[in-house]
Amino acid sequence: MADDIATAPVIDLDAAFQDSGVGPILEQLETELVGLRPVKRRIREIAALLLIDKLRKDVGLTSQPPTLHMSFTGNPGTGKTTVAARMADILHRLGYIRSNHLVSVTRDDLVGQYIGHTAPKTKEILKKAMGGVLFIDEAYYLYRAENERDYGQEAIEIMLQVMESRRNDLVVIMAGYADRMNQFFTSNPGFRSRIAHHIDFPDYSADELLQIAELMLKEQSYRFSPAARDAFAKYMSARMSLPHFSNARSVRNALDRARLRQAVRLFETRGHAITKDDLMTLEADEVLASRVFAAAEEAAQGADS
Amino acid sequence: MRITQGTFSFLPDLTDAQITSQVAYCQRNGWAVNIEFTDDPHPRNTYWDMWGQPMFDFKDPAAVLYELNECRKVYKGRAYIRLSAFDATASWESLRLSFITDRPEEEPGFTLERQEVNGRSVHYTTRAYATDKPAGSRY
Repeated sequence: MADDIATAPVIDLDAAFQDSGVGPILEQLETELVGLRPVKRRIREIAALLLIDKLRKDVGLTSQPPTLHMSFTGNPGTGKTTVAARMADILHRLGYIRSNHLVSVTRDDLVGQYIGHTAPKTKEILKKAMGGVLFIDEAYYLYRAENERDYGQEAIEIMLQVMESRRNDLVVIMAGYADRMNQFFTSNPGFRSRIAHHIDFPDYSADELLQIAELMLKEQSYRFSPAARDAFAKYMSARMSLPHFSNARSVRNALDRARLRQAVRLFETRGHAITKDDLMTLEADEVLASRVFAAAEEAAQGADS
Repeated sequence: MRITQGTFSFLPDLTDAQITSQVAYCQRNGWAVNIEFTDDPHPRNTYWDMWGQPMFDFKDPAAVLYELNECRKVYKGRAYIRLSAFDATASWESLRLSFITDRPEEEPGFTLERQEVNGRSVHYTTRAYATDKPAGSRY
């Protein structure tokens, strides 16, 4: 015991945190991704684990690197594919994987068309992804319960084997809609246990969608006029209650339509000088012209009569 | 005798960690890594049998080591296995690195053959003892 006290090294958590460069990564995540509380929380937890692991290594305690396979579930347009693309970069900068390349595949990249075709195809993809992240979009299409001659099952088995034996070389991220992913995990008993992080992507709130809209516009050098911003907020709450709402994707479509109407307005009122500001600003009329408002009015009238 | 063909051939066999760092170097430079094997050790035997395709699209040494271990499962102790790296950039278009990773258990070596022509002129050539036996059962 006396030896421990005499030779105990000084463990400076703050210094290690500064050196690791993790802080800027987390800040960037906060500013660039709107909402997504569970995702940000999980990334923060992984970053903390990395830091502590590094400190442990410095004082001579070894531990196994954690399993990082993930499953992203959520409704359409909630950012699953976007976050997966960033996850490779984040994990690489946190030092968990060797390189930041992301190999993004769907079912037909993994499954073959004839007997003996699937195994080499799947293995090639796995080898190509080694050192980085393999992202499987709509993973549940691999499992066709009704067709027992489907080769998707073989691809799943090869993948599970590699996910377990090559945990240090490869991170697999699967994404898809929640109920179908649950069904997919029942296809193989070992599946759920191999995936360490099941992250759910919640639907965005109206405020978050407005924030996303502003971010998207800023990227494309557009902006809302104050009246347009209010109109868009009203538009969002009306649209959210209508069917087939796809969160961020619906926002993007709405903004594209607003840009269309702006272009038409600028063209039809040509004749006087247009400033750069005019080109950048979306007015309230562009948003209010949407059929969503007409539909809402009809619904209200229908309710009255 | 240990044949001294290729890079690092005068050194003891490379460990897997050393092979990994060599492969990482090749991939960093954008070269295509390739695995070949043969059981004919003659120095003029340039074209060995290829194990799979050149791995130009693998960006990580783990993938190449996986293939190398698959090749070893079949040919370890029975053939020479080598890794080579091809640089496809203009004006290079050739191998930049080539080293033997595995050798058969016993390497019998070479003999000098003399052939007398036109009376007293002698033509010399090298012959590998291994090639006395048929291909496939040499080691």
